[in-house]
Order: sequence, then structure tokens, then C-alpha cells
Amino acid sequence: MSGANTAEGTEALLTATRLRKYFGSTAALNGADFTIDSGEVVAVMGPSGSGKSTLLHCLAGILDLDGGTVRYDGHELSALPDTERSRLRRSDFGFVFQFGQLVPELTCVENVALSLRLAGVARRRAESSATEWMARLEVDDVRDKRPGQVSGGQRQRVAIARALVAGPRLIFADEPTGALDSLNGERAMELLTGAARDTGAAVVLVTHDVRVAAYSDREVVVRDGQVLDTTARIAGTT
Amino acid sequence: MSIGTTLLGLLESGPRHGYDLKRLFDERFGHDRPLHYGQVYSTMSRLLRNGLVEVDGVESGSGPERKRYAITDAGVTDVSRWLSTAEKPEPYLQSTLYAKVVLALLTGRDAAGLLDVQRAEHLRLMRELTRRKTSGDLADQLVCDHALFHLEADIRWLELTASRLGRLAREVGA
Repeated sequence: MSGANTAEGTEALLTATRLRKYFGSTAALNGADFTIDSGEVVAVMGPSGSGKSTLLHCLAGILDLDGGTVRYDGHELSALPDTERSRLRRSDFGFVFQFGQLVPELTCVENVALSLRLAGVARRRAESSATEWMARLEVDDVRDKRPGQVSGGQRQRVAIARALVAGPRLIFADEPTGALDSLNGERAMELLTGAARDTGAAVVLVTHDVRVAAYSDREVVVRDGQVLDTTARIAGTT
Repeated sequence: MSIGTTLLGLLESGPRHGYDLKRLFDERFGHDRPLHYGQVYSTMSRLLRNGLVEVDGVESGSGPERKRYAITDAGVTDVSRWLSTAEKPEPYLQSTLYAKVVLALLTGRDAAGLLDVQRAEHLRLMRELTRRKTSGDLADQLVCDHALFHLEADIRWLELTASRLGRLAREVGA
């Protein structure tokens, strides 16, 4: 499959080929290709409305495709039954969104531990792992507070801890610093990419902010429903 | 910016006298800093010496001889190389980048691609500075931040220009 293999000849962690996604008669994705290797941080950029978030949702199997394939670790996502896809999302994928999307009724530590609890891990063990991740993200002091009682920067770090706690191999981050000021945003990016690198997780990072994209290893640009690898393009000009 | 290569690019549409070249350059790129005649003639002599232009004809009248210059194949290659190579990101690049974009439009080359290549080069340097900043002390962070803000401003200009290429092409008559 085109683009499915890395330079070393091993299969990429995730390969999307000729993705198509329509909203009514508008093509949000029109033959988009995308590849990410294990441990790689790839920034997805592009003008507002270019289809960046749609691409992320299609890659993660959240949105159904109108065409094309997404292969993750040897599985074609669209061919999996819903239950299997949900299980894979819980075990292998982590998600960070612009506004954190924490459950307001739960404490921060309960939010972070949630995916482990859903996977059947006992409460004490799940919350112990959650607390470790919160310490790493420098928010263990708010573990027993509810999301509404902490700052936006702290909330986003809690959301990052939640994305990392189950040991995902691939993290999808959609404008993870979009609601933060620049200092809090940069710290969140340092912690997210640092933790991902230490654990070997790959990160698909959707952002319109070039300073956030500068934390990536490579960037692609979504334009006219297609994905342009500008890093490869510059390498080819020398 | 490279005045020599810009003049070469202006010759791609056909042979011109030095005076015409100066007028065209000032109109397109001179803004508040028009070229001096001496600068044009010394640049054309250098381009001639390097085989990038040739004399296409000489008019003699009452005044001094007027040479008409034509671009050579080597000159066209030189313009192509300049347009397809990213500039080293540094402050005050706009006049060079603007000249490249306009020349690409005027000569039917890929202006959007040129902007993409430059954007990727800027982002490559931003990545390097971000890595240095992440592992550095506060002094490193502040020094890197200064450079990062400038590069970010350049990238915003590149993005804005990319979104206005169609209009720019119409305005420069490409």
C-alpha cells in the first residue's frame, strides 16, 4: 500500500489512504493520505475550515468514512465491528481536546482514572496510576477538586494526564492549547510531547498555531481536502 | 534580496535595455528605495561576465550606446534555482520573499509551492529553537523566544500571502 511503510521497511503505526469525507455536498476530505510512525509527533495544520479536525476524527475512527481506508497496527479500522473499534480506542488511543472535556461531576483524579476504570482496573489501582500521571503533569495538588474549581491551564493538564494514563500508543490532540494563554500553552505542550516521547507514544497534533506545531517532528498541511507533507517537500528541494 | 537575480527574472519576458529594467524593477519592487543607474549597469556587467545574460543589440544615438540585454539558458536556470531554494530564515526577509513571489507569478512558476517551501524551512528552524528552549535555562528560553516570535510573524505573512495569491497575480498582471 502506498505510504504504508516507513523508510526502514516496517509498517507505519497508522496509515490513511485516499480518505474521503463529505458533509452534504461539501468535500471536507478528498483523497487525503496520512502516515504516522510509532513515537512520532506530527502537526496537522491548515486554514480554518480546511478539514484538520475532520481528518483527526476520521483517523481515530470517530467519524465514518465516505471512502478510503485507515489501517492501524495491521487492522483496517472501518472493517472492525463498532465494539472492537471502541475497545481499540480505549486501549490504544488517547484524546486531548481544546476545552479538556472533563466530566464536571467527577474529581480531577476520578476523571484521569476513568479510562482505566472502564477497562476494569480496580479503583485504588486506577487512582494510584492517575495520581502518578497528575504529578508528572504538575497537577497532583488538584486531584480532589472538580474541574470547575481549577484553572484552565490545570484543567488541560488533567485532560493530558487522562489521555496518557492508559498507556496509549497514539494520542490525538485537537487544538490542545487553543483555550490557554501562551505560557500555559507552552508548558502543556512541553509536558504532552515530553511524556509522549518518554512512553514512545505517537501524537497527531491538530493546531493552527505554528508555535505549537514547532513541538512536532514533522508537519502536514490540509488544503483543499488533501494532505500536503511540507516537510517532505522541503527535503526534496535540495 | 538578490537584485541581480530579480533583474534576471524580469528579463525572462523578453530582452530589455538597462533603463527599462530599472523602471520595471522600481515599479514592482523599488517602493521607497529605487535602484541607482550605476547599480543597474554594474549588476548587468556582472551578469554578462558570468554568462547569465547576453547583449541582444546595441543602439547608438546622440547619447551613450544603449545595450539591450537578453537572458541566457544559464540565467533562466539561475532564476529557477533561486526561486526554488528556501531563504535562510532571518529578520527583514519580506522584500526578498515578496520579490520571489511576484517573480514566480510573472514567470508562471509555482508561487504557492515557493511559499510552502519557505514556510517549512521557517518551521524547521522553529522546531530547532523550541528544542533548545525546552532543554535550556531561562536565558536560553528568552533568546529563543525572541527569534521564535519573529519567525512566527514571518510565517503569518507567508500564510496571508498564500491566501491572496490570486489577487496578487491579477494586480501584477501575471
